[in-house]
Amino acid sequence: MIPLIKRILRTGILSEPPPEAAPAEQREIARLQDDILRILGRALTIRQVDAGSCNGCELEIHALNNPYTNLEGYGIKFVASPRHADMLLVTGPVTKNMENALKVAYDCTPDPKLVVAVGDCGCTGGVFGASYASCGAVEQVIPVDVRVPGCPPTPVALLRGILAAVNR
Amino acid sequence: MRFFGEPIEFEKQAGIGSPVWRGRADGGEALQSFAVAVHRADGRLAALWGGDERLRSGGFRLHCVFGVDAGHAWVSLDLPAENPVYPDLAGIFSAANRMQRATRDLVGIATDSGDQRPWLRHGAWPADWHPLRHDAGEGGNFPNAPSDYAFVQVGGEGAHEIPVGPIHAGIIEPGHFRFSVIGERLLRLEQRLGYQHKGVERLFIGKNIAEGARLAGRVSGDSTCAYAWAYAAAVESACGVSPPPRALLLRALMLERERVANHLGDLGALGNDAALAFGFSQFMRLKEDWLRLNGALFGHRFMMDRIVPGGTALDLEAPALSAIVEQCDIVGREVKQLKKIYDEHAGLQDRFLTTGAIDADLARELSLTGVAARATGMILDARAHRQGYTPPPPWAMLGVRPATDERGDVAARAAVRFAEIFESLRLLREIAVGLPDSAVCIEVPPLPGGCGLGVIEGWRGEVLAGVALDGEGRLARVHPHDPSWQAWPALEHAVMRDIVPDFPLINKSFNLSYSGADL
Repeated sequence: MIPLIKRILRTGILSEPPPEAAPAEQREIARLQDDILRILGRALTIRQVDAGSCNGCELEIHALNNPYTNLEGYGIKFVASPRHADMLLVTGPVTKNMENALKVAYDCTPDPKLVVAVGDCGCTGGVFGASYASCGAVEQVIPVDVRVPGCPPTPVALLRGILAAVNR
Repeated sequence: MRFFGEPIEFEKQAGIGSPVWRGRADGGEALQSFAVAVHRADGRLAALWGGDERLRSGGFRLHCVFGVDAGHAWVSLDLPAENPVYPDLAGIFSAANRMQRATRDLVGIATDSGDQRPWLRHGAWPADWHPLRHDAGEGGNFPNAPSDYAFVQVGGEGAHEIPVGPIHAGIIEPGHFRFSVIGERLLRLEQRLGYQHKGVERLFIGKNIAEGARLAGRVSGDSTCAYAWAYAAAVESACGVSPPPRALLLRALMLERERVANHLGDLGALGNDAALAFGFSQFMRLKEDWLRLNGALFGHRFMMDRIVPGGTALDLEAPALSAIVEQCDIVGREVKQLKKIYDEHAGLQDRFLTTGAIDADLARELSLTGVAARATGMILDARAHRQGYTPPPPWAMLGVRPATDERGDVAARAAVRFAEIFESLRLLREIAVGLPDSAVCIEVPPLPGGCGLGVIEGWRGEVLAGVALDGEGRLARVHPHDPSWQAWPALEHAVMRDIVPDFPLINKSFNLSYSGADL
């Protein structure tokens, strides 16, 4: 137990300030965070749905929970059921085999709800496009509020997208 | 040459890649007899796929790759255009089951007996339409009617089913797990996968070599370097070129960085699934440091598109190499301390030990490779020397020591990951200080009609890519093969003596790819 506690103390708090790219953007994000507090009372719940990704986007979504990004520190957390969620964070392309499940998850999410399409594939279909096996972009299957392109998008880009959706 | 005295003539594949021998079976019986001989010699089925060759040879072709002592034996079997049927191999290698069913869904060549349930076709296209046939057309407009699936039912008093998925509770890929349980005790798990099927193999057809590389790097994002290298090795063999020595070592450096990143993440997640959040934050912190250096040195946190046919898309200068060495020292030190904490944590070890166990006999029977196989004591690593096998460059000179553990449980799979991190750090240091001067990329002029097989030991296990070029030097057929094909059934076995709440931990200890096997 002692080595464990020593390690915790030595590691300290690593969480970084919210993403900054340009000063204007930083102000924007500060404003978005104020909005989160005001609108949501500091609680946003996200149900992540992989509707056909290569799993690259999931690696970066996982990184949102690491001590650096510390998503829960913003009052945002991932939940196990769409019924508990304010937002669906959907990676794609949406396969034909996942089309029905994604629609069901969307219908199960209570209104008002937000949908963020993640990754080049979620935004446009990406390298996989639309085919006999793929519906392409997420918006081909359910309505999308915000798109976060990238292959895969970085954790900072994801965080920006989530904040942008909340601000709508 | 011949293997096991079987009447199939083999010829060694050209180039400096993994040792692969190609042969052609005269008929289904010859193939079946060869498979029996491989099985008797403790070999394994590494991959199985099919292709439509009707425009070139008038029929279809079945490809089976077997893992033998010396490397891989790639056997093709020509099938007629009418009624293309071959003998069921699942009775010899159970791993053939899902591959055969996928091959029937995609190409329309079928086994003469055995499990005839569809695998990748869930109802998005009709049973008599096959996307990999040249005359299939676009086929995007079929009604998408999800079909019922005949799960094996378990009966008896108190037995009931828990269906899970395709959308799971965590941040994870989709798939369906059907648990048959009594109380909390697991009697049976049956997986239904294919939800990630996005038509990858058809997308390869007609692409040029460079476009194919981009797609290969997105078969399973967590293994992008392994796939990019397997594909590049297959293309290089098909076209008769060899990448320069510096490029081979840079590829190895990227592959080992990919291995360390994934193992760090898995060890953190294993701690998390056993309620040790400390482990999660510590390992995720190290992983993030690792990915950030990737981003700084390679311009991409996962090094996508940095391994290309002919070599690598970038070179590393001296400051980059010393940054890598420095990071290896730091991470090595920290992981050593964390390993001690994991090893001595009674609560964690209580969850890890004896949970989700499989033994070496079962692993061999299932043709298992990679971390899960080595965690049963099997010495099987495409990078490492073993009896009768010499690894290809650059591994031969690096002298990779495979990590093994006899226990076969969650604890063993964690221990193998720890050991592999230390070994990868050693390899990274060696590569970084010993890079020879040479170009990092050469031209790969497409050779019409060429074909090749690439084999790479990815972090999860053995990744293969079979490539065939058409008469114009474009891709006629590419089959990327993920080790998860063989490992998913191992997970079904591993959970059988455990309880439902242990499933997430056991599942994480395998951490298999859905996308890689659903294609």
